[in-house]
Amino acid sequence: MSGESWGRYPLARDQHLLALRDRAAALPAFTGTALPHGNGRSYGDSCLNDGGTLLCTRGLDRFIAFDPASGVLRCEAGVLLAEILELVLGQGWFLPVTPGTKYVTVGGAIANDVHGKNHHVAGCFSEHVLGFELLRSDGSRRWCSAQENPDWFAATVGGLGLTGLITWVELRLRRVRGPWLSVETHRFDSLAEFFPLAAASDRDYEYTVAWIDCAARGSALGRGHFIRANHAAASSGPGAPKRWLSLPLTPPFSLINRLNLRSFNALYFHRQQARVRHALSHYEPYFYPLDAIGRWNRIYGPRGFLQYQCVIPPQNAQAGMAELLQRIGASGSGSFLVVLKLFGERRSAGILSFPRPGATLALDFPNNGPDTFALLDQLDEIVAAAGGAVYPAKDARMSGARFRSYFPAWQTLQPFLDPKFSSGFWRRVTE
Amino acid sequence: MRRIIIIGATSAIAEATARLFAARGDALCLVGRDASRLAVIAADLGVRGAVRAATATLDVTDFAAHAAVLDEAERELGGLDTVLIAHGTLSNQSECETSVDALRREYDINALSVMALLTPIANRFAQQGFGDIAVISSVAGDRGRMSNYVYGSAKAAVTAFLSGLRQRLQKSGVNVLTIKPGFVDTPMTRDFPKGALWAQPDTIAQGIVKAIEKRRSVVYLPWFWLGIMGVIRSVPEFVFKRLRL
Ligand SMILES: Cc1cc2nc3c(=O)[nH]c(=O)nc-3n(C[C@H](O)[C@H](O)[C@H](O)COP(=O)(O)OP(=O)(O)OC[C@H]3O[C@@H](n4cnc5c(N)ncnc54)[C@H](O)[C@@H]3O)c2cc1C
Ligand SMILES: NC(=O)c1ccc[n+]([C@@H]2O[C@H](COP(=O)([O-])OP(=O)(O)OC[C@H]3O[C@@H](n4cnc5c(N)ncnc54)[C@H](OP(=O)(O)O)[C@@H]3O)[C@@H](O)[C@H]2O)c1
Repeated sequence: MSGESWGRYPLARDQHLLALRDRAAALPAFTGTALPHGNGRSYGDSCLNDGGTLLCTRGLDRFIAFDPASGVLRCEAGVLLAEILELVLGQGWFLPVTPGTKYVTVGGAIANDVHGKNHHVAGCFSEHVLGFELLRSDGSRRWCSAQENPDWFAATVGGLGLTGLITWVELRLRRVRGPWLSVETHRFDSLAEFFPLAAASDRDYEYTVAWIDCAARGSALGRGHFIRANHAAASSGPGAPKRWLSLPLTPPFSLINRLNLRSFNALYFHRQQARVRHALSHYEPYFYPLDAIGRWNRIYGPRGFLQYQCVIPPQNAQAGMAELLQRIGASGSGSFLVVLKLFGERRSAGILSFPRPGATLALDFPNNGPDTFALLDQLDEIVAAAGGAVYPAKDARMSGARFRSYFPAWQTLQPFLDPKFSSGFWRRVTE
Repeated sequence: MRRIIIIGATSAIAEATARLFAARGDALCLVGRDASRLAVIAADLGVRGAVRAATATLDVTDFAAHAAVLDEAERELGGLDTVLIAHGTLSNQSECETSVDALRREYDINALSVMALLTPIANRFAQQGFGDIAVISSVAGDRGRMSNYVYGSAKAAVTAFLSGLRQRLQKSGVNVLTIKPGFVDTPMTRDFPKGALWAQPDTIAQGIVKAIEKRRSVVYLPWFWLGIMGVIRSVPEFVFKRLRL
């Protein structure tokens, strides 16, 4: 319970933290506004509430029922995806959708309607949510599902925690034969090669994603590795890697800079000599490479960092991505892990759900002050011109005008907002 | 498979410990005063793998009800081989300085009820010739301090009681474990500012299960409190009395 977000920027001031432990209890008394806070894996200020209260949900971490025959799980909203995996994998079940870290709560996954590398086949997290209980500050409780209170369901999935507290959830899991994936990695030499490779792969592979060398320029712009995978039926395979040590404290300056960034990306790109490589991988390094280093977010030093994730619709995707990568490359900023993926056609019920058809790019920027913010504003210009959007879960700085144009339906949420709930993000983009 | 009764089963430390037992497939009887919260915890433990998760309600200051609850647990689980006593309240020290009723209540909860429960349990375990008794005392029982000597001295009584009981039962094959946690982030300590010395309930739980398995006598959790309390105990009284702890 630190009351921080993952980017460690911005840091909230005067936040009062209240730990919840009992899903049947009324909300504790609070002054000012309140906001549910899961595991703080959102990057910016959507899980922060300056001058208000955070209702910390990690203490709502009980399972309620699990049916190993149907894969239907009921649990409280503060249960981590990691805890679900630990429980169900041995019984032949897996998460239907998972983000790039397993240290998020079920409530957080719903409130941001998270997506994974299988968006093109499985859609968003909410598609697998059979229902949840929503507790409002007036004490009322509602069961929300596609059938019951569907309007509340649509407002709350992707609703950024603003419609009330999700207390418990019913989820449908997916079957797997074991913890392994068969993974194929293709090296590609330019952005133009990415799109046909991605389109072809999306037909036969459940998981597709590309890593991009954001330091490459000119004809190599957008080169990278395309990684596609399916769950494997293997009866044995590599074990889970050991968890490395956690970063015990924040170094006084960012350990990521222009120099090591360029060389790391080049090294990584050339690590694979062959064009195509096959491997059997344990699910942990495949889905959660960064989870191996605890608190890796501290590597960016005391000023924290910003993540930028946008989506650009199909017709403008290639040109838009090229423009973004050029701008980022020219700035010399950017990160080790730049991820590019095609979202599928499926739209979630969520009013504010981020995924929509097109290409999505995500990367980190060390917070170098005004230069970084100016660069991100330039990226916003490209995204807006291309008819795209930026992901609130990762945002700490987009302007209110941009948000409202990225999410034109935002006012539809108004009647469902809990009058006593608010967040730093929400005040920033709506006031 | 262990057959475990947990008194004070809604405690954060007890619940974290129960999860570790559940995941190993043990059978549990959860005793506490809030039936609906016990039911929620029991369902969770069932999902996590407990072969049985029964519940029984008891306010530990209702001494006359102790025996019936122990009988019920024994019936539910078909016998008992492990007991974890975890209930407690962090006394309001200043209230206890002016109200003898408050003082007595704190001693009832933190000291007398523990000893009262252990009396029949010890006899049953001695008679069956096996068993593990684990009780959460506290580092606060190692030396009285002005900030919480009512709570601390009640825990000290429990610690001394357990060391005597341990001697008595050791020939019967029954182990008695005194658990002395330091600062733990739980509802009991909600209003305290937390620093580097603070541990999570899960860390303490792992230490408890390990110590029960190894049949240890006394365990400080986390381990570094052994050193800290060693220093605190060694300060001569004429110096200690001037400190503001
Ligand atoms: C390494 C890494 C990789 C990631 N990869 C992806 C990815 O691939 N795809 C993706 O979509 N996201 C990704 N994310 C973002 C992350 O999945 C989301 O931000 C997620 O919502 C975080 O969940 P949390 O439990 O930490 O919630 P928090 O960040 O604490 O909160 C997130 C939001 O949920 C709300 N909330 C939390 N609990 C409740 C509740 N019980 N009731 C109502 N509202 C609630 C909060 O108010 C807040 O608005 C990644 C993050 C990291 C750090
Ligand atoms: N937290 C620390 O820093 C710390 C340090 C050292 C030792 N300890 C000890 O660890 C043990 C567990 O405490 P915790 O930290 O886990 O705190 P906790 O979550 O507050 O647990 C305290 C438990 O005691 C129960 N209880 C209190 N009075 C009772 C009564 N009259 N009858 C029945 N049950 C009663 C409470 O029941 P309800 O849920 O119904 O209120 C609750 O389950 C306690 O013995 C405590 O003294 C704690």
